[in-house]
Amino acid sequence: MNINATLLGQTITFAVFVWFCMRYIWPPIVNALETRRKTIADGLAAAERGRHEQELAAKRAAETLHEAKVKAAEIIGQAEKRAAQIIDEAKAAAKAEGDRLIAAAQAEIEQEAQRAREQLRAQVAALVVAGAEKVLRREVDAKAHAELLEAIAKEI
Amino acid sequence: MSGEAHTSADYIQHHLQNLTFGLRADGSWGLAHSVEEAKAMGFWSLHLDTLGVSIILGVLFLYLFRKAAANATSGVPGGWQNFVEWVVEFIDNSVRSSFSGGRNQLIAPLALTIFVWIFLLNLMDLVPIDWVPGLMGLLGLPYFKLVPTTDPNATFGMSIAVFLLVLYYSFKIKGAGGFAAELALHPFGKWGMPANLFLEIINLIAKPVSLALRLFGNLYAGEMIFILIALLFSAGIGWGVMAGLLQLGWAIFHILIITLQAFIFMTLTIVYLDMAHQEHH
Repeated sequence: MNINATLLGQTITFAVFVWFCMRYIWPPIVNALETRRKTIADGLAAAERGRHEQELAAKRAAETLHEAKVKAAEIIGQAEKRAAQIIDEAKAAAKAEGDRLIAAAQAEIEQEAQRAREQLRAQVAALVVAGAEKVLRREVDAKAHAELLEAIAKEI
Repeated sequence: MSGEAHTSADYIQHHLQNLTFGLRADGSWGLAHSVEEAKAMGFWSLHLDTLGVSIILGVLFLYLFRKAAANATSGVPGGWQNFVEWVVEFIDNSVRSSFSGGRNQLIAPLALTIFVWIFLLNLMDLVPIDWVPGLMGLLGLPYFKLVPTTDPNATFGMSIAVFLLVLYYSFKIKGAGGFAAELALHPFGKWGMPANLFLEIINLIAKPVSLALRLFGNLYAGEMIFILIALLFSAGIGWGVMAGLLQLGWAIFHILIITLQAFIFMTLTIVYLDMAHQEHH
């Protein structure tokens, strides 16, 4: 085990190997490792983001559903109110119309009664005059007493 | 030739001798055929087995990892890419937890290279010790030491490279003045400057030395025990059976050692470079 020029040879060989390793072996492998690490990290981050977004979407969907339910209930409530209102209005209108018809009928009845009374009065007057004429045929002059007869007929 | 190792001492010595290439005594360049001849070659000689095995394994590591890196996608990883990514992430986490010097593009690849390369070199320790030297003996090579990390040249080669990086970053981050101040003023204040300098320089030098010797020592000792166990095989049937069990147990234990030593070398490298990046106040 002599120390000899092998020492120098080994040192040079070693230096060349280290240089080669540094130049051609280490960087590609480390780069590949780094790239893969990044790819995996990105993938995991994307998955995490996706899960988060899905959660948000589910929450949003639940909120929307709830809102829709509330709105539907509101609409149904309004519709019911409106229906009740319409019925009330219709009732009021019908009542008014009925009242009007009754009033009209009453007025007509009144009018008819009036007319009947007029007629009756006229006929009674005529009848009275006729009766009186018959009674008084001889002594009463229709023309002379017309004014009187008229007054009597009006009093009836 | 390897077949001529008869005694235990020869056997051990044969296994501990590197395949050395250098200037022989007769003036020609070639392989050393004996321990003495290898020793006589002096500094300007090469351990062809250490260099060859470590380069082959290093290139194998770079090729396999480069294959995964070239096809790296951020999609679903395949089997091999998955394994490479697992290793890379493990290293990356180690660097992140030990290194606080900001973004330094060198540290992590350096740590990866150290860890995987040393692991592969150490792994050669689990190859049965006579296989490769025997095969190489058939090819006419006098010696062959398969595990480069049992050669201090290999471990010091790496630790010196790390040490140079430590010095480089110390100067770069702290500046020459800051680095000198750290060496001269640290434990005892400015009145204890010589003592400081002495302690801190020892401290500094101890880093590459301990780094290299720890790895070398562990693997050398492990290899030595494999050799001793192998010697038992030739000592009769009872010893042979026992040696088989011992070898199995030691190999299983060694799986832990080789991984642990690679990890320790890597971690300490990161820590030393981290210290080089820190400013003391």
